[in-house]
Amino acid sequence: MLESFGVTKKFLGKTAVDSISMKLEPGHIYAMLGPNGSGKTTWMKMAAGLIKPTSGFIKYNNESVGVESRKHVAYMSTEPFFYDWMTVGDVGKYYQDFFEDFSMEVYDEMLQEMNLEKTLKCKELSSGMMAKVKVAVTMARDAKVYMLDEPLNGIDLLARDEVLNAIIRHAGEDKILLVSSHLVEELESVVDYAIFISNAHLVGIYEVEELRQNEGVSLADKYRGIYGSVEMGGAC
Amino acid sequence: MQYDSKTPIYLQVITALKLDIINERIKSGEKLPSSRDLAVQYTINPNTAARVYQELEREGVCYTKRGMGTFVTEDMGKIKQCRQEMAKGCLEDFLKQINELGITKEEAIEMIKNTTK
Repeated sequence: MLESFGVTKKFLGKTAVDSISMKLEPGHIYAMLGPNGSGKTTWMKMAAGLIKPTSGFIKYNNESVGVESRKHVAYMSTEPFFYDWMTVGDVGKYYQDFFEDFSMEVYDEMLQEMNLEKTLKCKELSSGMMAKVKVAVTMARDAKVYMLDEPLNGIDLLARDEVLNAIIRHAGEDKILLVSSHLVEELESVVDYAIFISNAHLVGIYEVEELRQNEGVSLADKYRGIYGSVEMGGAC
Repeated sequence: MQYDSKTPIYLQVITALKLDIINERIKSGEKLPSSRDLAVQYTINPNTAARVYQELEREGVCYTKRGMGTFVTEDMGKIKQCRQEMAKGCLEDFLKQINELGITKEEAIEMIKNTTK
């Protein structure tokens, strides 16, 4: 279980995350939704143990996030951090050196599913291909928590389907998957819950099927209702 | 598959599967994909896929053989019943819409008869 207790992060007087409390449970896929700059990435980086909250704390299975929890948390950042000279195969080796739970076998399988060649050089990859490599290398870890920051950003329809399939295939009863996006519709059918973030605050956590069952609205309808049509258009 | 925005996704997948069974695109007695494969096929959440099978099983359209997977029922009566229920649903929707247009059931029947094709 991943729990956030009143987590706040300030950067030079600007509050990026403001007292966010929430609980993510294994066996579910969560979407973290909100316009750009609403605090999604900052919260994820704190949950991954890469930056520290200004106040509040995040716990994974009752232990504060830190060196130990990082072994169980696989985080994919928005920016690729591979060197141009690396091939797709080198990216796997690079990860293998860093993470004990990395499986080259799983990585190879995922590359095959997503039609990627290991001999391709990073600098030659299209943005769709790069997105797929990032997802594959992150999900080839045998972690308990996967956090993918904007995995669908700027990629075409086919690459998007492949990324979504990879997410669906790797979900499991003992795993927490958290996927951030500002594209609501794309994630709607795939996630159990959506976490809405706006201006550094948590707006609410909604269960996709429950919204449809009880309120007769889709997640996108709910998003529009909460953020308003202007922001919706601007964010996409 | 495109999902409409008002109905729960699991119900929409159930309808699609039932239609495939009624039309024999999926044959009676045939093995269905694992719930994970179903999730991938329909781009849905794995828990939603599991719920689809639970519901179909509860309705008697499918059954599970332990360790072997989920299969379509061999009971043709059940499939026929499923077809009747879906037809009834279609009719109810139709009558509701036609009623909103101020057309009576009798008028609608007449219109259907006169519709070529």
